[in-house]
Amino acid sequence: MLTAIGVASRGWVGSSVPRKEDEALLTGRARFIDDLTPVAGIRFAAILRSQHPHARIVNIDISHALKLPGVRDVVTGKDIATFIGPVPSVVKAPIAYYPIAIDCARYVGEPVAVVVADSRYIAEDACELIDVEYEVLAAVADLKSAMAPDAPVIYDKVGSNIVNRRSFRYGNPDKAFSEADRVFDLSYSYPRYASTPMETFGVIAHFERAPDRFTVWSNFQGPFVIQPLMAGALRVPGNKLRLITPPSSGGSFGIKQAILSYIILLAAVSRKTGLPVKWIEDRAEHLTAATASSDRLGEISAAFRNDGKLIGLRFKNVANMGAYIRAPEPASLYRMHAASNGCYDVQNIAVDNQIVVTNRTPVGLNRGYGGPQFYFALERIMEIAARGLGIDVAELRRRNFIPAHAFPYQAPAGAVFDAGNYDEALSELLRLADYEALKLRRDEARNAGRLFGIGIAAGVEPSGSNMAYVSLAQTVEERSKGDRKSGANASAVISVDPSGQVTLHLDSTPNGQGHATVAAQIVADALGLKPADIEVVTELDTLTSAWSIASGNYSNRFAAIVVGAIAQSAQQVATKLKLLASELLDVKPEDVDLYEGYARVRGGSNKGVSFRKVAARAHWDPSHLPEGCSPGLVETAIVSPRILGSPGDDDRIASAATFGFVIDLAAIEIDPKSGALRIDKYVSVHDVGTQLNPKIVEGQVHGGFVHGLGAALFEELAYDERGNFLSGTFADYLCPTAVEVPTVDIGHVETVTPVNSLGAKGMGDGSSMLTPAAIANAVADALGRDDISLPLTLQRVWDLANGRDPAMKRPSKAPEGMAQAPIGKGALTGSGEVILSAPVDEVWRRLIDPNELAAIVPGCQSLKQDGPDHYSAQVIIGVAGIRGTYDAHIEMRDKQEPNSVRLVGKASGALGFGAGSGLVTLRAEPDGRTRLQYQYEADVGGKLAAVGQRMLGTVTRYVIGQFFSALEWRIAPQRATGWRGWLARLSGRGSGGDTP
Amino acid sequence: MKPVAFDYHRPETVSEAVALLSELGEEAAVLSGGMTLGPMLNLRMVRPRVVIDVSRIAALKTISLKDNLVVTGAGVVQADAMSSDLIARELPLLAMALPWVGHFQTRNRGTLGGSVAHADPSAEIPLSLVTLGGTVVLQSRRRERRIAARDFFQGALTTQRQPDEIVVALEWPRTPPDAGCAFAEIAQRHGDFAIAAAACCLRLSSKGEIAELSVGLGGVESRPVAVDTARFIGRPSPDAATAVAEHAATSVAPMSDHSASADYRIALTKVLVERTFIEALSHAAQRRGRLQ
Repeated sequence: MLTAIGVASRGWVGSSVPRKEDEALLTGRARFIDDLTPVAGIRFAAILRSQHPHARIVNIDISHALKLPGVRDVVTGKDIATFIGPVPSVVKAPIAYYPIAIDCARYVGEPVAVVVADSRYIAEDACELIDVEYEVLAAVADLKSAMAPDAPVIYDKVGSNIVNRRSFRYGNPDKAFSEADRVFDLSYSYPRYASTPMETFGVIAHFERAPDRFTVWSNFQGPFVIQPLMAGALRVPGNKLRLITPPSSGGSFGIKQAILSYIILLAAVSRKTGLPVKWIEDRAEHLTAATASSDRLGEISAAFRNDGKLIGLRFKNVANMGAYIRAPEPASLYRMHAASNGCYDVQNIAVDNQIVVTNRTPVGLNRGYGGPQFYFALERIMEIAARGLGIDVAELRRRNFIPAHAFPYQAPAGAVFDAGNYDEALSELLRLADYEALKLRRDEARNAGRLFGIGIAAGVEPSGSNMAYVSLAQTVEERSKGDRKSGANASAVISVDPSGQVTLHLDSTPNGQGHATVAAQIVADALGLKPADIEVVTELDTLTSAWSIASGNYSNRFAAIVVGAIAQSAQQVATKLKLLASELLDVKPEDVDLYEGYARVRGGSNKGVSFRKVAARAHWDPSHLPEGCSPGLVETAIVSPRILGSPGDDDRIASAATFGFVIDLAAIEIDPKSGALRIDKYVSVHDVGTQLNPKIVEGQVHGGFVHGLGAALFEELAYDERGNFLSGTFADYLCPTAVEVPTVDIGHVETVTPVNSLGAKGMGDGSSMLTPAAIANAVADALGRDDISLPLTLQRVWDLANGRDPAMKRPSKAPEGMAQAPIGKGALTGSGEVILSAPVDEVWRRLIDPNELAAIVPGCQSLKQDGPDHYSAQVIIGVAGIRGTYDAHIEMRDKQEPNSVRLVGKASGALGFGAGSGLVTLRAEPDGRTRLQYQYEADVGGKLAAVGQRMLGTVTRYVIGQFFSALEWRIAPQRATGWRGWLARLSGRGSGGDTP
Repeated sequence: MKPVAFDYHRPETVSEAVALLSELGEEAAVLSGGMTLGPMLNLRMVRPRVVIDVSRIAALKTISLKDNLVVTGAGVVQADAMSSDLIARELPLLAMALPWVGHFQTRNRGTLGGSVAHADPSAEIPLSLVTLGGTVVLQSRRRERRIAARDFFQGALTTQRQPDEIVVALEWPRTPPDAGCAFAEIAQRHGDFAIAAAACCLRLSSKGEIAELSVGLGGVESRPVAVDTARFIGRPSPDAATAVAEHAATSVAPMSDHSASADYRIALTKVLVERTFIEALSHAAQRRGRLQ
């Protein structure tokens, strides 16, 4: 463990120094990836992506795209696979992850081809000219269906969608559960969401010759463990993949780790085409295919004594990796593992982890990384237990907290909690919330018949991850075969130039948090300067910067570990300067102080020499330096907290350097009539150790809360039951705006960590991990039910408040008589009927006559018969201006002349694809006319599904309305009402309603 | 997210605009504020060969009073409508609905006519027009025609507008000075498409009976609908709220989609109609007080 190295504080650290970064940001002068044109001749890439959740790529015809003027090249997965390899994973399963589909696409949005053109416009035009022939495969849409015995298997070589399973025992959980007075259980699901940074991904890739080297500019937050993986995939030595970050980044929250795929992809494209290539992700690409937090299914059991003492925990975690295990996954399942006890003193813990693949976008880092899912289980069960035991939810936690005297605390699964006083934090929380008065208000509300609830959630905040923790996904035997791993290096380099100006180089690749400001505060204190005097370089260049395997921006690493490296490098500079100054001042080095821009003699003497003059000596007069003093003034410090060892054979690991503490309280009220949820009060208390810059801490606390609020109430990357993606724009993926964010009362307690010299713990994830659980707890309290799942949308809250089962929201039963339909549950369905002014035989004849079909099929441009009862057509379908050309195939099945026929169709085009089946039955009416009844089921995927959810039902009804009105027109033109009349009739009333 | 290549025209007059449209028909998209068309172009959901930008046609930007009608040009920007004294005075319902339209940033560009021509099922301006019994004025090269708003909207994004027509104006019956209005909606977040919205306008007789009553619903069906309220005319007002709400809820055939079920939309219909009816009553009382 590092000991305090005596940075002489002048008080910059700990004060709310205004952010160095803000002037450039607020005046529009900050330079982001899209502002860079680092080499001449850059071309622009657009990516053609799979619209299908799961499909074999039969053929890709790029010939039309290549003919478009301005197109330089089109690159497919097969082209690239000849010179790149898969990205390795810690999970040893036969799953090869490439950043582009090679022969099979496994999620909506998976890259299939890359167009390089003179502009992004042309590149997108060309994407539409690429003709991909897919063989659509059965998709695995979610965790539950992935684990079903008859589930389609994504990887035949694995043989199951469960690709990794590990069980862990700490203490004696079986004994604890058998001795428990009470056991509480909860099954839950946790949704998939993401942090949606303002700036999307961006990559400029340049494959240079002589020397052969990839240089990639990107807003990646690495390089950390990912850079060697990327170099490996590109099959070059590490120093032949040069990564450069731009000066500013528009947010990440972990998300930008997933740029790794595009760095490899665009680097490969640059190599194939011989051109520098720029790609900026658009928002639709980002929401569809960037990355996400892992959605989960889980079970938790908690064993209690009657006095409220928690004696055992059992976790069953099932984590959705998406279609591939993309590094550093499955880390999300292991980030909290060593702290599976949360903030409680419980010794007996069992954990069963299953890693599952589905046809969804691969997951990765996201704010809180594994924390929100973990705390949703643990903190929900604590409140369920409290109610079961008849103990106040705050009191139950107090009885089980790790006591303040027990730090450093050895957690049963290996984490070492550095410092804390959870009891004091809880007291501060209850004080700020005016807890007793709040409970009285709850009683009053309830007496008046209102739904008012209070929920708390508490947890530790692991910061500064041990690079070895991910290997817990491997068995002890698997681990023993590899090289031992541990630690988390951080580096900082300070140079003082001949004019005495100080420059600090960071390895923390910040994404907007304000690292430069805090780093300057630390250096200014050490060197007796002002923060404004310190130039901080946050751009990282793997060819020229001092970086190591942990360098990057993740796991609240900056305040936990990087600050230690900054302080140490500053101390090294200070030591040397004092030595240099001591000769000039004719005192011992230890009698020199650096402050206010001078080296002065300690003890009140005014005798001093300017910082600039002292520094100049090292440059201008190296021949006369004191004994043991090297020339120049560049100091590098690389630190790694000693505590971060390797995982033992007992699967215990000190997974993180510091463990902050967060405790939140939410009070909410629900209007059962409207489903509206009002946040009455929200209080959040944090222990981040030393607050290096309180203003920045406050900003982080708010930001973490808002991300947690989004997860609790609004955000979900939703898929339908066939793997189609539904949240492709910000109209469907709802993030909280300023209007939705309540006031948060923030409190702090401060227990300083011994892990770095400043006493600061990492922070930033904060309430993003706890708010979802706190609000769910409050809702459970208000409603008196525990089947709470997120996000708590209006519809879901209304369902819960009115005693409905939210899981039943989407009826999945196909209409009667459609059991044989070739599409699955969850489709759009509808039914209707019409009286046609012709006898059954004539209607039948028209219906099955190929010559009639061309006139009936909506928007039919051309139709040809492919075989008996098989037709192909080109159709234009559109509502209002939303029109598209589609290739359609129509088949007539189960013909029962003249009573019924099944029309089965599928169509695909630029806006998406659809498949539908409709059963048409004819019955003679007494007056000689014909009653035509139909039931249909339609499945719509692709762009229409991702961005047009609100309109899908209408579009489907419209197309069907057009079909039957055309039929009516053919039969009795004078009586036909035309499609508009049809639409009016079909809109709801006659159709039995459409169901997504 | 780049649109397909298109030609761009910016006519200065309505006749120029409709001349272009008569040539191009469905190949053209009419751009007004662009708050919906912009994203749809970028998503390539809409792929016009030509964009006709009508936002600079001065004649479409007027708000005027003609007899018993307030005539708003189709190009009137929503933010300008919000600050119009004439609208505040003569069309209190529209004035109440406008703050619910999108966000203040989009209201600085979005227009009254653009919202009507686009015909989103949840849109507040079409709902207000339907509730107040207004009229949409369409212009093509050959003719001008007026269609009652209640007939104009056909379904989601579908209207009676023909491809060679543009919406040039909306005609709103002036709200009598003793009438009361209210508008309410429920959306997941402020500015989102309403899951359900309700508008209510009523006037009472001297005996306190309902003399006139309009109730409109948005977001519930695939187009804004006016509820048939004939049965309530002449009935005493104070306890009618629940009955009106129940009636509205049974008279609609709500949509079911990924954000809300049909059942939930019915529940919201009740809540919102009851709420707006009560508010409209109190608004009427206020306005009467001001008259006296």
